[in-house]
Amino acid sequence: MRLRLALPKGRLLAETAALLERTGLELLDYAEGSRSYRPRSAKFPELFLKVFQEKDIPIQVAIGNYDLGICGLDWVEELSVRYPSGDLVKVGALGYGKSDLYVVVSSHAGVTAVGEINDRFDTVRIVSEYQNLAETFALKMRLRRFKVLPIWGAAEVYPPESADVVIMAQTAIDEFAKQGLIPLARILASGAFLIANRNSLAKADMSKLITCLRPFEVEAEEAQPLPSVAGVKSKIALKNEKGVRLALPDGHQQRPTMEFLVKAGLNIGGYAEALETRRPTPELPDVSVKVIRPQDMPLQVANENFDLAITGEDWLKDHVYRFPSSPVEEILDLGFGWVTVVAVVSRDLPLDDTRGLSDLVKEGRLPTIRVASEYVNIADKYARDKHLERYKVIPTWGASEAFLPEDADLLIENTETGETLNRHNLKIIDTLFQSSACLIGNRNTLFQPSKKGRIEHIIKVMEKVAREKVSK
Amino acid sequence: MRVPRCKGMRDLLPEDMAKFRHIEGLFRGCCLKQGYEEVRTPTLEYLHLFTATGTLTPGMLGRVYSFLDWDGWSGERVVLRPEGTIPAARLYLENLERNDMTKLFYVENTFTFEETGEENRERWQCGAELIGSSLPLADVELILLAFEVLEKLGIGAVEVKLSHAGLIKALMVELGLGPAEQTEIWDQILEGNVKALEEVKAGDADLQRALPILLDIKGSSPGFVENIRALLGKALPKLEPSLNNLATIAELLGAMECPYQIDIASGRGFEYYTGVMLQFYAAAQSVGGGGRYDDLIPLVGGAPVPASGFALYMDQLMDLFQIEERSPEQRILVGSEGGDVKGMKACLEAARFLNEAGYHAELDLGTKAVTGYRWILSLPKEGRFQLTDQSTGVKSEVASAAEVLEILGGSG
Repeated sequence: MRLRLALPKGRLLAETAALLERTGLELLDYAEGSRSYRPRSAKFPELFLKVFQEKDIPIQVAIGNYDLGICGLDWVEELSVRYPSGDLVKVGALGYGKSDLYVVVSSHAGVTAVGEINDRFDTVRIVSEYQNLAETFALKMRLRRFKVLPIWGAAEVYPPESADVVIMAQTAIDEFAKQGLIPLARILASGAFLIANRNSLAKADMSKLITCLRPFEVEAEEAQPLPSVAGVKSKIALKNEKGVRLALPDGHQQRPTMEFLVKAGLNIGGYAEALETRRPTPELPDVSVKVIRPQDMPLQVANENFDLAITGEDWLKDHVYRFPSSPVEEILDLGFGWVTVVAVVSRDLPLDDTRGLSDLVKEGRLPTIRVASEYVNIADKYARDKHLERYKVIPTWGASEAFLPEDADLLIENTETGETLNRHNLKIIDTLFQSSACLIGNRNTLFQPSKKGRIEHIIKVMEKVAREKVSK
Repeated sequence: MRVPRCKGMRDLLPEDMAKFRHIEGLFRGCCLKQGYEEVRTPTLEYLHLFTATGTLTPGMLGRVYSFLDWDGWSGERVVLRPEGTIPAARLYLENLERNDMTKLFYVENTFTFEETGEENRERWQCGAELIGSSLPLADVELILLAFEVLEKLGIGAVEVKLSHAGLIKALMVELGLGPAEQTEIWDQILEGNVKALEEVKAGDADLQRALPILLDIKGSSPGFVENIRALLGKALPKLEPSLNNLATIAELLGAMECPYQIDIASGRGFEYYTGVMLQFYAAAQSVGGGGRYDDLIPLVGGAPVPASGFALYMDQLMDLFQIEERSPEQRILVGSEGGDVKGMKACLEAARFLNEAGYHAELDLGTKAVTGYRWILSLPKEGRFQLTDQSTGVKSEVASAAEVLEILGGSG
C-alpha cells in the first residue's frame, strides 16, 4: 500500500523540511517558494506526499485521505474538540514550531483574570481563528452570554473596539505587550506535531516512516510564566468612538487598495506596500483605520464593528449566501482587483460540466462529490443550484488547487488569468461570477447623523476614482 | 440510490405511533384533569438560555445541536431544544409570569448528541411543570401524577427513587469544598458518578462516618432519614432543612401507599435541581426523572419563584408498552367491479356514509390482501351492492348503505 503523508506549507515549512532532511527522506521539491504541491522522496519513492495549508491537515488525516501528517497541535485540537470521536491520533510532538494558544484581552479592558470575564461584559465578544476552541472555552468558563466571531487572521488588532476576548496563537509571549494585549491564560501548549489516521495505524505498516520521524522525545520546554498584569499600560491609544471606522485589506489587495486611496486623495500613513502596522493613521480627522483580512470584513461590518470596509465582491457574496438578511451591502464597485470565480475539475476527468460529476455518482463510480473551496457558502449554494448528487463541501484555507484530483473532485476557486489552474492540470467547467474590490457598509448604521457627513465624503472621493477605473 | 435515515434518528412506524398516541392521550388526560394546561415550546432556542451556571453542565452543552441561524451573523448560536424544563421556564417568564400558580404540561422532542448513534439523538418526553409552589405537597402531587400515568399504562411495577439536591449541595459545603470544586463534583454526580462525593476526604469524623451510609444504603421509610440525622453530629444543622423536606415527602408518599426508595446516589439529571430529585422506574427500567428547581426561574431572569417538575421518557415507555393488535372486526372494504363513474360514486358515498356512522370503511384501491377486513362491500357491474361477511362466508345483497348498517349492527 502506498503511504500518504501531508506536509505543511507556511510557518512550519522550513523546520519540517530540515527535519525530513535529517531523517534522510531526501525530499525533492519541498522548500519555500517551490511551486509543486507534490514533493517526492528519493528514499521512499512509493511515498505520496502533498503540501497543504497547516490548518487543512488535521481534517485530511482524520477523513483518511492521508495516513500521516505534520501540523501544529493547535489545529489538531481545534478539530478534535468539535469532533471528539474522529479518527485522528496524536502521535508525538516534533519539538519545533512552538506557538501556544492564549486567552487575551486588551489592556484597556480592565480585566486581570479569566474569572472576571463573565462579570465584566454583558455579552462577551470572542474573536478567534479557532472558533471551536473558543466556544469550548466559553462553555467551560460558563460564560452566560457570548458570541464567537470566526476570523481568518489578524486577531491581535480586534480588541478592544471590535472584540472583548481573543483566543490566539503567539510564538513569543512578550509580543503581547507590544500589541497592547494581556494574556490571561495559556489554554494550549502547541507546536509541530505528528498525527496519524486511526485506521491507517491499525492496518498499514508505517513503521519505517514513523521511525524516520521519531525525534519527538524532545524535552518539554518549561512554559514561560504569564507576564504580570499589574501596571501594563496600553501603547495603543483608543480612537474616538464617534469617528468613522474603516477596515482596509492586507494581503494581495493591499497594494492596489493603497494606490486607489492615494488617487482618491485619502492618504493613510503606514498603509503601504508592505504591512507596517495594523492600525495606520489616516490624514482625515475622525477616521480610524484597521488592517484586517478581506475575508473577515463582511461579518465585521454586519456586526457594526466597522462602518466601511474595502473587500472583494467574492467575500461579500460568500457572507450574504450564508446570512441572506445581513445588513451588509455593496456601496461602490471600486474597479480593481478583478478575479473570476470558477468551477474547476481535474483535466483527467472525462467531463465538461457538473452534470458529468452527478453522473459519476449515479453510476456508482464516485461515492460523493467532494467540493473544495475557500468560499464555503458560495460552493454550497453552487452545489445546491446545480442539483449536484450527494456532495460535501470541504473548506480549505488556501492552496486549494492542490486538492484536485486526489482529495477533491470539484473546486470553486478564483482566478485572474487561469495560469495557475493550467499549471496544476485543471480545467474550468463553469464561470460563477466576476468579482472586484468593493466598498461595503452596514445599511442600518451607514447614515447615522453623527457620521453621515464624513461617510458621504469618503464615498464621494472614492466614487470619482472608481468611475474612472470602471469605465476604463 | 436509497438514502437511509440520519444516524441516531428514529422512524416512528404506524405501530409506534399508535403507542405514542395512546401514551400521549393517557398523559394528557391525567394532566388536564388535575388542572395542568398544555403548552409547546419552539424547537429552536437561543444557546445562551442554557449557558448560565446552574442550567446545563458544560458536558451537556458539549452535546447540544447548536448552529448559526440564517441571520446569525452576530455569532450567537441557536440550539435544537436539548431538554424541556428550561424552555418551559422561559415560556412562563415570557407569557405567564402574572399567574400565581402555573401548572403546565407538554409532549415534546428533545435533541442531544449521542456518540455511537445507537441510542436516539432525538427523544420524546411527556413533561409536567408546577410553577409557584414550594410545598412538599406539590412534589408529591407531581409524583402521584407520574404514577397514575405509569400505572394506567400497565407496564409493570412502578417505583420512584428519591434523592435530594439540597442535601448533596449542603454536604459539599460541609465537606469544605470551594465553589468551583462543588460545581465540578455536582456535575459528576449528575452524570451518574456519585462516588465523586465519597472520594472527598474531608469534613469531620461524624460526617465521614455518615457519608457512606447516606450514599450506599437505600432507605424505604422516613426512619432512614432519622437514622442519618442521628449520625450526622455537628453537620446536622446545615443539612436539617433538606432532611426534613425529604422526610416529609417520604412520609406523604408512604401514607399514599406509593412505592418509593430513598437513594441519594440515584440523584442525576440537571444542574438546576435544588430540592428533591426523582427517578421513575417501571418494570425496573428508568422511564422518567424530575425534581425541584427553585433557582431556575431567577437564573433565567425571573423573580424567585419556586418550581418542580418531571418528564416521562416516551421512547422507553413505547418500548415497554404493548398495544393490542388491531382486530379486523367490523372493518369494511368497499369496491366496485366496474370502472365507471357511477359505480365509483356509489362506492365513495357508501364509504363516507359508513365512516360517518362510525365504522372503519376503506375504498378498495386494488387491495390484494383482503384478510384484514371482516366485511367486503362490492358493487357488481350490474345490480346492487353485495356484502360478504368473511368470517362466515355469508353473502347478502343490500339495497343501500343504510341496510349495511342493519346487518353490521346485528352481527355484534
